[in-house]
Amino acid sequence: MPQLRTTLGVARDLFRSDTAFRTGGSILFILLVIGALSFVAPYGPSDRRVVPIDKPPSLQFVFGTTSLGQDVFWLTTYAIRNSLVIAGLAVIISRSIAVVLGSFSGYVGGAVDRVLSSFTDSFIVIPRLPLLILISFMIRGKLDMFGLAVLLGLLDWAWPSKRYRSQVLTLREEEFTQTAIFAGMGTLKIILREHLPFLIPFLLADAVSGFLFAIGMEVTLSVLGLSDLNSPTIGTMIYWAGYYQALLARRFWWLGAPIVTSVLLVVGMYLVSISLGRYLDPRTRLKSLVARSAA
Amino acid sequence: MSAPPTLPAVDVAEVRNLRAYYLTSTSNVQRTVRAVDDISLQIHEGEVYGIAGESGCGKSTLLKVLLGMPTPPLTVIGGSVHYRVDGRDVDLLALSDAEVRAMRWQMVSYIPQGSMHVLNPVSKIRNTFRDFIAAHKPDWSAQTDEHVRDYLDELGLPETVLDAYPHQLSGGMRQRVTIALATILSPRLVLADEPTTALDVVVQRGVIQLLEDIRKRMGSTLVLVTHDMGVHANLAHRVLVLYAGQVVEEADTATLFEQPLHPYTQYLIKSLPRLDEASERVSIPGRPPALDNPPSGCRFHPRCPYVMEVCKTLVPRPEEITPGHRVACHLVGPTPISTEAYAPRV
Amino acid sequence: MPPESDALLRIENLTRVFSSRRGLSSHNVVAVDRANLTLPADQHEILTIAGESGSGKTTLARMILGLVQPSAGRLLFKGRNVGRLTGGAQRAWFRRQVQPVFQDPFATFNPLRRIESYLYETVGNYGVAPRRTADEPIERALGAVGLTLREVKGRYPSELSGGQLQRISIARALITDPSLLIADEPVSMLDASLRMSIVNLFRELKARQSVVYINHDLATAYYASDRVAIMLRGWIVELGPVHKVLGQPLHPYTQLLKKSVLEPDPRLKSSDRVSLAAAEDTTFLRIGCRFADRCPRVMEICRGVEPADIAVDGRTVKCHLYADGVVADRTERGSAHAVCGERVACLSERVERGVGPPDGDRDIQRIQQAELSDA
Repeated sequence: MPQLRTTLGVARDLFRSDTAFRTGGSILFILLVIGALSFVAPYGPSDRRVVPIDKPPSLQFVFGTTSLGQDVFWLTTYAIRNSLVIAGLAVIISRSIAVVLGSFSGYVGGAVDRVLSSFTDSFIVIPRLPLLILISFMIRGKLDMFGLAVLLGLLDWAWPSKRYRSQVLTLREEEFTQTAIFAGMGTLKIILREHLPFLIPFLLADAVSGFLFAIGMEVTLSVLGLSDLNSPTIGTMIYWAGYYQALLARRFWWLGAPIVTSVLLVVGMYLVSISLGRYLDPRTRLKSLVARSAA
Repeated sequence: MSAPPTLPAVDVAEVRNLRAYYLTSTSNVQRTVRAVDDISLQIHEGEVYGIAGESGCGKSTLLKVLLGMPTPPLTVIGGSVHYRVDGRDVDLLALSDAEVRAMRWQMVSYIPQGSMHVLNPVSKIRNTFRDFIAAHKPDWSAQTDEHVRDYLDELGLPETVLDAYPHQLSGGMRQRVTIALATILSPRLVLADEPTTALDVVVQRGVIQLLEDIRKRMGSTLVLVTHDMGVHANLAHRVLVLYAGQVVEEADTATLFEQPLHPYTQYLIKSLPRLDEASERVSIPGRPPALDNPPSGCRFHPRCPYVMEVCKTLVPRPEEITPGHRVACHLVGPTPISTEAYAPRV
Repeated sequence: MPPESDALLRIENLTRVFSSRRGLSSHNVVAVDRANLTLPADQHEILTIAGESGSGKTTLARMILGLVQPSAGRLLFKGRNVGRLTGGAQRAWFRRQVQPVFQDPFATFNPLRRIESYLYETVGNYGVAPRRTADEPIERALGAVGLTLREVKGRYPSELSGGQLQRISIARALITDPSLLIADEPVSMLDASLRMSIVNLFRELKARQSVVYINHDLATAYYASDRVAIMLRGWIVELGPVHKVLGQPLHPYTQLLKKSVLEPDPRLKSSDRVSLAAAEDTTFLRIGCRFADRCPRVMEICRGVEPADIAVDGRTVKCHLYADGVVADRTERGSAHAVCGERVACLSERVERGVGPPDGDRDIQRIQQAELSDA
């Protein structure tokens, strides 16, 4: 499939030329591999007392074990997988809403734009953390991973939507939009085929902030004990470690694993996003396409 | 390099075999754009010297080098640029940046394309003038305002302009103010880059008038770089035609327009529409080449109606056919042939 | 649906006002002021709308294309009011027949799309041909502009030159076989050597469509068009066959434009000087003729009364000098109006010497009295 080949080709070029991409990409790749290992884990995610408790890292248990008799390493693999899944789902939901509402609002303009903008603004001013705490407190126990992801997605679309709207406002005034109109293209088609390609670099760079928000919120809620504590995520690991006084008892391995993981995840994503954003920005892309120079 | 040439008393600048390329290398690609490829010319004192050519011909690059500060990726590969300053010959490219700056505005001044780049958008015109003069001619400081007012008066610009901000002025007025700013220190050489582009027809004529007035008043030499042949016809004394980074023809204006010898120049002149004349105008086939991979031999050969085998391999050098008339074309060798034979077939 | 009338395009008292707010006050700019224009349906022609920046020519073009709504007046295309087209079908009918060619060939196309996609879009969206045979009308359109599909297929706009892109833009506009092309300065961004080929192309297109050609270059206008309309600050000040309007211009503004053109012929180098308006005014004169402050033949009445569109010598001129419909003495210092004769000379002199305009009201009164006593 040609798209796949070119994507891999692009990745390879970036890897060679851009330090940020190399570093960030490597970090993320390693983390992804670790997360993928969860599928071949010898233990289930909620299994307890399968290994001796509170053992420090050794050759046998690379990351040590927890007070609940879980292998920290395999627990971490589940944690990475689950956290990424939640965040990924949240990002997909939020950015989809943002693109649809933002570009439609920007392109159509007029009263529709005004109404949608007011609606968007009302979402922006919502204090998200208190609201999340409130909701998860109210439906305690029934908030599973999927529910959390949806909730996070519904709370993070407002700011990006404004960004995309302003992009589309500019694009609408471009002459090629007029050409598209006179070529008979309808509104939806114009937004999708003419304007969306320009939005993609912003989307990708923006996805990171979505991930960061989702992961951050998930960790916060879990640490407060408000999410589904039975499924291992980065946040719940920290919660349980705290519950069992891992810090006081100097069982750093249990706390350390999720914290280091989350830091690496954030750093890796950030590096990749700025390098992708740089690469995909239509302006720099165009500069590399244009063969002529000022003479 | 050989010893610096002694310029005849009448020249104010000389360019010899100048080669200036843009060298870029990105992660996987190295490109050399041969923007100025072996150009030689002499500019006489007190004249209006026109440099004509379309986009991609090298005229903007030539200007940058003439101003003395080519910044990478523009690199001078070979050749020299000499100015005659106070009776001495100065090798422009051997000067330090500080020396070049000292020369600027008093010896060589520059009117860029797009006047908004010169005028500070957040300062009133009066202050822009003040800052400018303070930077280059501090001994005027006490009477700066007076000098400025007098100068604007001489040029026919209203004093009210001094109290305005650039955005309050029309494009034409801004351009004229920029010209005033660039010439107030009576530079010997004025380089104007597309001074009339994007201006209305009536304003264009006003700007041309202004440039001519300044030249007459101060005895400066004006180098006029523009693709607009109408401007050359109405203002320039001699015109140099560039194509794809090389000199194609050079002659005094009347000769160039009436008896162009190079096929490109012929096409150019004959394709221009004139008022009151609706006869069929010819157009040149093809398009100017990309300068990172120019055609071999004569760079015009892919579009030339008289192309011969030798044109594809051998680069024609500019030869002086009649005194003051240089042409770089294999058709027009040492033995000049009548130009009627070369009128393009319409 | 009204029957197709005898005019392809009929513009009646078309006006467009833009208002801008500065702080608490708002500021009206009349970009197009009661323009009247008709394009015949029975024969194709090229009409050039010429004018300087701020003349309103671009706004007029955009109104014809339906991109800008008029503030007042009517714009009828084949009998139907363009401003009142509702619904996709009506708009599609309109856009099938009226197509644009824009000024900047590089901005006309999305740099991220392959160039032929626009051609296929146009064919598909207007139902010009079924998908299997879509190549045929495209080849025909490209052939009309001197290109082939093979040359351009798969290329991005950045890989093509301005001249080629502009041709493709024209080809795209021709696919639906429109009756009217609106070309907004189509060659001003192209190199001189490429310009003539595009202008020649427009001349050839006249066989199948009418063209409204927005332009500021008078020489090209003379070469390419049948009729020309000269616009000044929202008015059409002179309209008529091009050899008349540009050959022997009647309106002082047209005369000034013609005098200012830099002819590419050193023999024609003129020593006529132009005097640019000393004060750059951004507000339009509310009353009187909009050229009055720059007109070398200005009269009292010009400052107080707006000139009417007068039919004279086979064209329409908006100028008091021809109020009696007669082209009289056209020398710079003469005037058609016997009573004003002296005053005109006096006024022109004063304007040239930069002494400033006389006291308008008082002078108008004196003229009126003089006229009364004459009658």
